[in-house]
Amino acid sequence: MTHLPYIVAAYGMTIGLAVILGTGAALRLRRARARLAAIERPSRAERAGGVSAP
Amino acid sequence: MNATPSLAARTGTFFHRYANPGRFLRLGARLQPWLTWPAIGLSVAGIVWGLFLSPADWQQGDSVRIMYVHVPAAWLASSGYMGLAVCSLLSLVWRHPLADLAAVEIGPVGASVTAICLATGSLWGKPMWGTWWVWDARLTSVLVLFFLYLGHIALIRAFDEPQRGYRAAAILGLAGAVDLPIIKFSVQWWNTLHQPDSITLTAAPTMSTDMLWPLLVCTIGFTFGFAAILVARLRAAVMESRVRTALAMRRGRTETQDDAQDSGPDLSGAVA
Repeated sequence: MTHLPYIVAAYGMTIGLAVILGTGAALRLRRARARLAAIERPSRAERAGGVSAP
Repeated sequence: MNATPSLAARTGTFFHRYANPGRFLRLGARLQPWLTWPAIGLSVAGIVWGLFLSPADWQQGDSVRIMYVHVPAAWLASSGYMGLAVCSLLSLVWRHPLADLAAVEIGPVGASVTAICLATGSLWGKPMWGTWWVWDARLTSVLVLFFLYLGHIALIRAFDEPQRGYRAAAILGLAGAVDLPIIKFSVQWWNTLHQPDSITLTAAPTMSTDMLWPLLVCTIGFTFGFAAILVARLRAAVMESRVRTALAMRRGRTETQDDAQDSGPDLSGAVA
């Protein structure tokens, strides 16, 4: 009996999980960076406006 | 009179130097490519080497190739939990703010890697032992590790007040570290179906170098990958925390302004 199905299943699971975890982390990081940038932009503008206001 | 600071205080100062989220974000951004690209390169090289170029075992045949993913997963399952235990210690003793966030992020990644270790072990065990599972010391102690990860994930999110969750999970994380030496020495302490360690620090490896090299490359590649995923998740968690804080501050400011407007022109003037 060949062991190929067991080997394919083991590698498939491992590579699949690595791709899911890696892609998930990258997408989450990109989303968090975009949200932080969007929130910091107006607050910086407010701060700049506050400083320049008499 | 100058008192010499205690070892705990000095160690705490050392760790708190790296507790600043802004400093961590800068360090993490710099580290990220140095972890990600070697992880991809080494893992691909190790997998190709192990699958196509390394020899089959004289006794186990091609099923020995499962070792190139099973052993790194087992190594990462244990070292991930060691990382969790260190974060728990930092959280309980020094109230390190990043340690709690790191513990939250290590849990799911560690549990996934432990699940892969158990699954690939079963896939290796079926053709070699003739069974998917036996309740021997090594397998059972790794299953306990998996449940410890799941318990940590559940406990850290179980409270409305996050600090209570962090504290309870840190106690579990620290107590669960007892399982690590049991996993390591289970094949020596008990008569198990699982083979003894082929690589130790004190003796020469008991496997051919044709198999040892791809295994080392895979292990280093997977370790870089684990670290890269953790750093990315932790950076995202710090940014999300900043977003929450900024939104809360903005909400608080808006409520203050609304209160001031509601209470009439005199108060409004005082607030402004």
